[in-house]
Amino acid sequence: MSINATLIGQMITFALLVWFTMKYIWPPLFDSLEERKKKIADGLAAAEKGQEQIILAEKKAIGVIKDAKEQSSEIVTLAQKRANEIVEESKDTAKKEGERLLLAAKAQIEQEMQQAKEGLRQQVADLALNAAEQILNAEIDKTKHQDIITKVSKQLS
Amino acid sequence: MSTEAHAAEGATGYIIHHLTPLHFGEGFWTLHLDTLFFSAVLGGLFVWFFKMAADKATAGVPGLVQNFAEMLIEFVDNQVKDSFHGHSKLIAPLALTIFCWVFLWNFMDLFPVDIFPLIGSIMGIEYLRVVPSTDLNATFAMSISVFFLIIFYSIKIKGPWGFAKELMFQPFGPWLLPFNLLLKLVEEIAKPISLALRLFGNLYAGELIFILIALLPWYIQPVLSFPWAIFHILIITLQAFIFMVLTIVYLSMAHEDH
Repeated sequence: MSINATLIGQMITFALLVWFTMKYIWPPLFDSLEERKKKIADGLAAAEKGQEQIILAEKKAIGVIKDAKEQSSEIVTLAQKRANEIVEESKDTAKKEGERLLLAAKAQIEQEMQQAKEGLRQQVADLALNAAEQILNAEIDKTKHQDIITKVSKQLS
Repeated sequence: MSTEAHAAEGATGYIIHHLTPLHFGEGFWTLHLDTLFFSAVLGGLFVWFFKMAADKATAGVPGLVQNFAEMLIEFVDNQVKDSFHGHSKLIAPLALTIFCWVFLWNFMDLFPVDIFPLIGSIMGIEYLRVVPSTDLNATFAMSISVFFLIIFYSIKIKGPWGFAKELMFQPFGPWLLPFNLLLKLVEEIAKPISLALRLFGNLYAGELIFILIALLPWYIQPVLSFPWAIFHILIITLQAFIFMVLTIVYLSMAHEDH
């Protein structure tokens, strides 16, 4: 159990092991650990950022939807207004057209009545003349009494 | 089981045989070949395993080997961060080497006490003591290396004069200089001695108890060696841990400037 040269041999081995660990083992393993830690931290930060962005996007979307709703209701109101206007306009036109048609019909009726009267007058005159002619054929000269006949026929109108 | 060299028969011979190293040479220049061989093999095992992990190290998803290596690295790094507040490239790898190497030394204790000597005797090797930490040379080699590092860093950080001042003027001030010096010297020298003897004592005693159990009739042996082996799993880890933590603490003390 004595201390001897084994001690020196062991110290050399120990020094070599420590040197090797320091040079080739600790740095790569430790670096990969640190790098992974950093990666995870970055990932977590990115996730948090993403969530924030989602919240922002949701807010934005709500705003957009609200705007769209407002616009659409505005459009509907405008359309209703316009429709009412159109209805009013067409009512007006219809009324005017009706009145015009009525006037035209009345005028035509008047005209036709006038024509009929004229025709009737002519016919009555003809008939009267014819009758008178036949009555007076024998005794009255047609040319002689023309004035009288015309006067009578004028009184008819 | 005992040998002609010791001539003693029976239990004593068996125990002595098991605790005698395979040696070569005379006097101080004796080499314990088994200690040198097994500690080198175990050191190689440690280096091989971690080199394999280091070569494949990625920041992505780690494999099984890398995962295990990283677990140890993180464990050691936490220990270092807890007690050492400076910046040093040496301390963490040193602590890792000490922890793993001492653990592997101690782990040899869990092999049945007769296996390796039996294989050795078949191969014509007379003595074989496979647990390097039951050799004072191994434990002292490590603790003296740590002691040198303590001295080296003390001088490097505090300067030769600063270190000398600390030795002479603390803790009682300049008027009690001889006492201070004596106290400090004892304190410094106690560090490597306590480190080495603690590890050696624990493992030597543990191995001795395994040998004593091996002397009992075969039907009693499992009842005793099984719980002792389980208990020893704790002991070997704890001893490796203590050696590592004390090394870190001593070196951080060396780094502290008063």
